[in-house]
Amino acid sequence: MFSTQKVIMPKRIPVLALSLIAALGLAACGSSSGGASKSVSLVAYSTPQGAFEKLIPAFQATAAGKGVSFSQSYGPSGEQSRSVANGLHADVVNFSLEPDVEKLVKAGLVSPSWNQNATHGFVTNSVAVIIVRKGNPKHITGWSDLIKPGVQVLTPNPFTSGSARWNVMAAYGAQLKEGKTPAQAQEYLKALFHNVVSQDSSARNALQTFLAGRGDALIDYEDEAIADEKKGAAIEYVIPKDTILIQNPIAAVGGSAAGKQFVEYLLSPPAQEIWAEKGYRPVITGVPGASKFPTPTGLFTIDSLGGWKTITKQFFEPETGIVTKIEQSLGVSTAK
Amino acid sequence: MSSNPAGVVGFSPASSGRQLGRGPASEAAARAKSARRRQLGFRAIALGYLALLLLAPVAMIFYRTFEHGLSPVWNAVSAPNAQHAFWLSIEIVAIAVPLNTIFGIGMALLLERGRFWGKSALGLLIDLPFAISPVVVGLSLVLVYGKTGWLGDWLAEQGIQVIFSVPGMVIATAVVSLPFVVRETMPVLRELGTDAEQAAETLGASAWQAFWRVTLPGIRWGVVYGVVLTTARALGEFGAVSIVSGRIEGQTQTLPLYVQDRFENFDITGAYTAAVVLALLALATLLAMNLLTRRAHRGTAI
Amino acid sequence: MLGIYLTVLVLLPVAALLAKSGSGGTSAFWREISNPEAVAAIKLTLIVSAIVVTINAVFGTLVAWVLVRDEFRGKKIVNALIDLPFALPTIVAGVVLLALYGKDSPIGIDVAFTRASVGLALLFVTLPFVVRSVQPVLLGLDLAMEEAAASLGAGPLTVLRRIVLPTLAPAIISGVALSFARAIGEYGSLVLITGNLPFKTEAGSVYIFGQIQNENLAAAAAVSVVLLLAALLVLALLGFALRRRSRHVL
Repeated sequence: MFSTQKVIMPKRIPVLALSLIAALGLAACGSSSGGASKSVSLVAYSTPQGAFEKLIPAFQATAAGKGVSFSQSYGPSGEQSRSVANGLHADVVNFSLEPDVEKLVKAGLVSPSWNQNATHGFVTNSVAVIIVRKGNPKHITGWSDLIKPGVQVLTPNPFTSGSARWNVMAAYGAQLKEGKTPAQAQEYLKALFHNVVSQDSSARNALQTFLAGRGDALIDYEDEAIADEKKGAAIEYVIPKDTILIQNPIAAVGGSAAGKQFVEYLLSPPAQEIWAEKGYRPVITGVPGASKFPTPTGLFTIDSLGGWKTITKQFFEPETGIVTKIEQSLGVSTAK
Repeated sequence: MSSNPAGVVGFSPASSGRQLGRGPASEAAARAKSARRRQLGFRAIALGYLALLLLAPVAMIFYRTFEHGLSPVWNAVSAPNAQHAFWLSIEIVAIAVPLNTIFGIGMALLLERGRFWGKSALGLLIDLPFAISPVVVGLSLVLVYGKTGWLGDWLAEQGIQVIFSVPGMVIATAVVSLPFVVRETMPVLRELGTDAEQAAETLGASAWQAFWRVTLPGIRWGVVYGVVLTTARALGEFGAVSIVSGRIEGQTQTLPLYVQDRFENFDITGAYTAAVVLALLALATLLAMNLLTRRAHRGTAI
Repeated sequence: MLGIYLTVLVLLPVAALLAKSGSGGTSAFWREISNPEAVAAIKLTLIVSAIVVTINAVFGTLVAWVLVRDEFRGKKIVNALIDLPFALPTIVAGVVLLALYGKDSPIGIDVAFTRASVGLALLFVTLPFVVRSVQPVLLGLDLAMEEAAASLGAGPLTVLRRIVLPTLAPAIISGVALSFARAIGEYGSLVLITGNLPFKTEAGSVYIFGQIQNENLAAAAAVSVVLLLAALLVLALLGFALRRRSRHVL
């Protein structure tokens, strides 16, 4: 085998390399020109994947959705938004946080009037809840229990996870609701982070860690808690009296008609019913199944705290943000 | 691998002072005994280390995969997205690994045999892809080849989409597995020396002939390990590929991305099954490379 | 050909990274890398990586030795498994290590969310490097030298120190260099088992990921560049040691 090829082989190498590069180029052309006339590229954050598994076939069963094919991409909210800004094709985006859509408005991909509809651009609501072990062995009923000595709290890293930002603002806003001053509320956050034993990169990773046996309490979306309970995980969850209303935005990107129709469908009563089934609070009234969600007495929105734009600057600025400072002060004291 | 005579150093005669007074026979027996003890000690330490760090995790993956029997595994394997991810992974590996192998052998020869200015700098450059976090590799590829990147406009004019499609994923995979063949081949090349090649050329062989008949057989184990490691790393890459892929299900989802997707959705069997498939692919590569090397060099003494 | 390939794969991306890290000027670059959290993460990564490669150098060589020179049942299987840490997606490594060495550890070792967990994860993902660089050299090593030395009365330690180790040194150093580089860059296997607590178990790559997610690309690039320089320094030192060594031997 070796002797017969000794002369031929060397010449083949450049040829082989060139043909491989050509193959690369062909693959490139093939993938860029793909796409049938009626297709929707959905780029979304991680948590609603389970819901879309049901929503997409339901849409395809409607008149508007007939024959529409889908491509789907799920990942961390911020990263997904950045990918779309960097050229990932999307007709519909569904993110955890409003600023992730605003990034695309800035990039000229989403219309500035994207939130000028009846639901202000939101497709699902939820609330921040506290997931505890079955039987609630540490008797956690609200935010004040999370800062007790010996309680181990899990929340994802607020600098990598959209859900963690909701958690921080829920805890902070709840203190204001209870009549504390902003300074006292910040002290609370400091005490809370003192009890945080792990800051996973995403809500899903935090949940993995919690299910692996670590921690007494996990701050998370209500829909995630409902989904886990349904799956039979040995957990239960507490809705604090004062908590934040989580609002997840959706927007059509570019001019795809099918994309716009899909967004419309997702806001329609039948779709909202599916969302509710999957643990999300509907954004429109009169949806059957909405009654199973108790409304906390002290529910507040991010806008009541000043809106994401202000909050991001004030709390999560990499150098000067309140949360950055808290992590630093705790870090300097615990690092030694 | 090849079967060397067991532990030559381990069995080498030890003529230490305390053995001087003994007779030759008992001395030899004592030597053999202490060598045997040393060999067993080495083996125990090495295997104990591997058991804790490697065998236990691997065993656990297999256990978790099959703990609910075969039918969930079968379902996981036959899921369309899993199958697509499998073939995409194969496709990417089939492009990236040969490219890196050719590059690696060439670069190893250049770095080991060449004499030119900036050689050490070039050597350092080769290792860079390891030192950069895969996530940052992905990010920097987007900075160059993405829509708003340095070459973004030019690529768009040519109608080539690199980022968020297969070419970008191939590039990301090639980057993170770039150094292996170079680094595995260089020490062997150094060990081999140039005597045999020079002899071949003195006897009238062309440079290419000398390379194919003398150098390549001489460095084949280095290349084999290089290819095996490149393939393994290319198969398992997540971070960089994740960023440049756009993670479109059934389109730009490789097996590791699929594993992540399954974990995120608490489909534990699906995730572990895909992981086992990746492990088996890596083992198959090792096996194939072994067979290939053996057949190509049958009769050559190791 | 080699040049184009290297440019497309490494030079351009690294240049883009450098450009990004310097986009705010030197003062911004300095501010990013002197951020206390960044400093803590960089320090943790460098120290743990140094420990990890030292362990790798010793145990990797030993494992390669046993795999080449020893004979025992199941050796082929063990040999075949060595590369698996590369092929397994890092998240799987993270999940499995958490299950084995976390709270419910079946063997009673719980290192999760400690700095030791960073080392554990890095040891796992860098395991093949030294083994696989030493193995081919050992395979090609001429036994005659060792036998000759031994027959001339050299003890096993002398043979090891004077003949085997000098020959293996380039391969060990090469493996150590690669392990170090990989350890510095590793991300996926760390995120689950370390808990990512800033100032405590947050490694450099995890910090970088956080900054990217936070749209703070300049900070991510700056910290990457610092880690890169540290890696280059170590690689250059190892390369220097290698050249001195080989000059000494030849």
